[in-house]
Amino acid sequence: MRGIISSAGYVPYRRLARSSISAFLGSGAGKGTRSVASHDEDTTTMGVEAARIALRAAPAAAPGAIWLATATPAYLDKTNATAVHAALRLPSDVSALDFGGALRSGIGTLATAMTGSGTILVVLSDQRDGLPGGPDESFGGDGAAAIVVGDDGPGAPVIAEYLGAASATDEFLDRWRTPGERRSRSWEERFGETRYVPLGREAWARALKNAGVEAADVTTAVVTGMHGRATKALVGKLGLAPGTLADDLASTVGQTGTAHPGLVVSAALERARPGDVIAVVNLADGADVVLWRITEAHGRWTSPRPVEQQVAAGAELSYGRFLSWRQMLTPEPPRRPEPARVSASAAGRSEDWKFGFVGSRDHASGAVHLPPARVSMQGGAVDDMEPLPMADTRGTVVTFTVDRMAYSPSPPVVFAVVDFDGGGRFPVELTDVDADALAIGDRVEMTFRRLFSADGIHDYFWKARPIRDPVSETGPDPASG
Amino acid sequence: MSSHGIRDRVAIVGMGCTPFGELWDKGLDDLIIDASTEAFASAGVTKHDVDAYWLGTAQSGMSGITLARPLQLEGKPVSRVENYCTTGSEALRAAAYAVASGAYDMAMAVGAEKVKDSGYQGLNANNPPNDGTGRTLTAAAMFSMVAPAYAQKYGVEPDQLTDVLATISAKNHYNGARNPRAQFRREVSKETICASPRVAGGLGVFDCAGVADGAAAAIVVRAEDALRYTDTPLYIKALAFSTGSGSGLIDPGYDYTHFPECEWAAADAYAQAGITDPRRQLAFAEVHDCFTPTELVLMEDLGFAERGTAWKEVLAGTFALDGELPVNPDGGLKSFGHPVGASGLRMFFECWLQLRGEATPERQITTDRTLALTHNLGGYPGEMVSFVSVVGTELG
Repeated sequence: MRGIISSAGYVPYRRLARSSISAFLGSGAGKGTRSVASHDEDTTTMGVEAARIALRAAPAAAPGAIWLATATPAYLDKTNATAVHAALRLPSDVSALDFGGALRSGIGTLATAMTGSGTILVVLSDQRDGLPGGPDESFGGDGAAAIVVGDDGPGAPVIAEYLGAASATDEFLDRWRTPGERRSRSWEERFGETRYVPLGREAWARALKNAGVEAADVTTAVVTGMHGRATKALVGKLGLAPGTLADDLASTVGQTGTAHPGLVVSAALERARPGDVIAVVNLADGADVVLWRITEAHGRWTSPRPVEQQVAAGAELSYGRFLSWRQMLTPEPPRRPEPARVSASAAGRSEDWKFGFVGSRDHASGAVHLPPARVSMQGGAVDDMEPLPMADTRGTVVTFTVDRMAYSPSPPVVFAVVDFDGGGRFPVELTDVDADALAIGDRVEMTFRRLFSADGIHDYFWKARPIRDPVSETGPDPASG
Repeated sequence: MSSHGIRDRVAIVGMGCTPFGELWDKGLDDLIIDASTEAFASAGVTKHDVDAYWLGTAQSGMSGITLARPLQLEGKPVSRVENYCTTGSEALRAAAYAVASGAYDMAMAVGAEKVKDSGYQGLNANNPPNDGTGRTLTAAAMFSMVAPAYAQKYGVEPDQLTDVLATISAKNHYNGARNPRAQFRREVSKETICASPRVAGGLGVFDCAGVADGAAAAIVVRAEDALRYTDTPLYIKALAFSTGSGSGLIDPGYDYTHFPECEWAAADAYAQAGITDPRRQLAFAEVHDCFTPTELVLMEDLGFAERGTAWKEVLAGTFALDGELPVNPDGGLKSFGHPVGASGLRMFFECWLQLRGEATPERQITTDRTLALTHNLGGYPGEMVSFVSVVGTELG
């Protein structure tokens, strides 16, 4: 049996209220909110966060490959999945590959993993941009999903068995973007609808047949795609039982493009029960359908951070701040020099620290060193330390400050001295934080972020953020698992 | 192994110091030439009489040539030293030890910094290529974490602490207003200080040192030769230096209410100079008030006040110009300005003036005490270098 071993979505903390767009521009907008990646996030860091949650829920799963799909990669030419690989501290025999460019690559990567071999960590991530006042800006969203795909095994059982899939393909122009452009363009909606709806019905019928199920057997249907009009029209033609259509998160998160089928499927998986049949239909340059049946093992699987909880935990962002984060508006920067580019060789030497947040612990004194050191600060032992992964260790704010003068892509910098559970201290920048609400004693966790970019080089490292899920905070510390 | 010091073996026989400030019309070479020329004249010597030179500059130039070129020194040993904000003190330490060793008869320390050519506010670190994981925080932000930690530990109310820090800033502005070479020459009320825009944490503009260009210089000889150059030399009683391992940043035991590096340097300096009660033996002290909480904590680190009591002493006026132990009578970094490489030597310059009765009358300290202390630090809480010296007008 092959299928999904674990999955997770990642929804960034910030939300843009669509009404704030019309309040500013006098037009456009709509209801609800969209998710907004922080100024220090990109598709790679969001993918890392999703993958961390998925792997935490299935600690015995050992991926043999990472497949990262995104239409908005942080780098071209250079593989982005290698940063995900490094942040997850996976061994070097795990391959890390990028798939992307087209929006269809997300669902395609997921479907391909289902018929592949070995354990594959499928990471779908996207950041949707549009011009101010336009529908893409308003109805797009940012987010990621990570789905661990593999064969049923004792330590890492399949929680959703792959039943079958189908595709329908056609060449027509609906939505496009040339390399280097931030905005997408699209043809008149009514034309795409005439193509998408028949393609969707065709793929749906064949997929049901391949899976050996009827439309009425489907307990949760996920229908996604950037073409809102076509997806709406298709839904009515799938023969779904009432109440089986999943919330596509359009009113809260927005359409996260490449990531969206994975994100909504993850949300559906978190709510599913053994025996349920989940179907995903994605419309992008054709139609792709994949079906799974929830297994008994699902009953023993729990997401440490469900999508629903992340959606609810969001905090509002002003439209002005949103525009500046998306480089649609350039605020006056602090009068400080911008940081220099990261040295490739220096970063290469400190890969475990920089990407994995791995410190060291002195055998003799037990003193924790962040970053890792060769000579102990207690007792002075030389080269007698073990690596100490700290990314999943939580901490407490000892003291903090707000730096209004330091360079930041989004000033001011909020900075805290953090003491980690079980030992170790690190002074670190905070993110996803409202300084006014911060207090000494607050609990924080580490998150993988992009600090800045210089000379086209992204500086990836870790920041701390307030822990916002009290349920999992009272549970066992993930570091002990 | 021990720190023996060079008490009474070396004397300062001439000094110079430029006015500090945003000196748009002066380059580094001008600053060096102005401070050096004044120092040569003060000692009654020429550049040829000086056997070896040390230039302290943190960021304004590389190598001894930065000093040799403007002064046109030919064939002399000239070294450039850097040690964060203690750079100027470090230059003097090197020159004094060189003379004490017998290697040279006369040495000169010059500290100079041209800060205001960067086009940015504040001081800016110039980091070597790195892996991008280091802190990019300003010094103000790092030191801002001291104030709430101190208040919490010693039960000082936030409003009281604000008043204490404003008292320090107002005192240094009061002193600087009486110093013709200071960057900021006006008194500032506590109300204005408290209302100034925040820079980092609770620190406002008036809690931070002035960012200035400037240079200062000192000429040293063996103590037994000092009277050939001046009737009133300054004898070096102690030169102490302490460097932390940087572990305070990652040590959960560090609480941001004291600077161990400064305590260590002070203990060493007092041992070298034979000082047992600094508050009653020193005529005054020049300390590194880069931010107001720094000066507060230093009053305890340097032994001027018991732990947890400096804030009360500040409010009581103990460290005011007419107080029991005046601190920063020249205005300090706050008001005199902080050209990094020059600041340590600028502190010695105030000792040179005060102990010899040459300060401007409105800030001249009248006392029968003959010793003064300078304290200089560089870096951040948890990761610091620190220097403490004691100088005096009398041998023995």
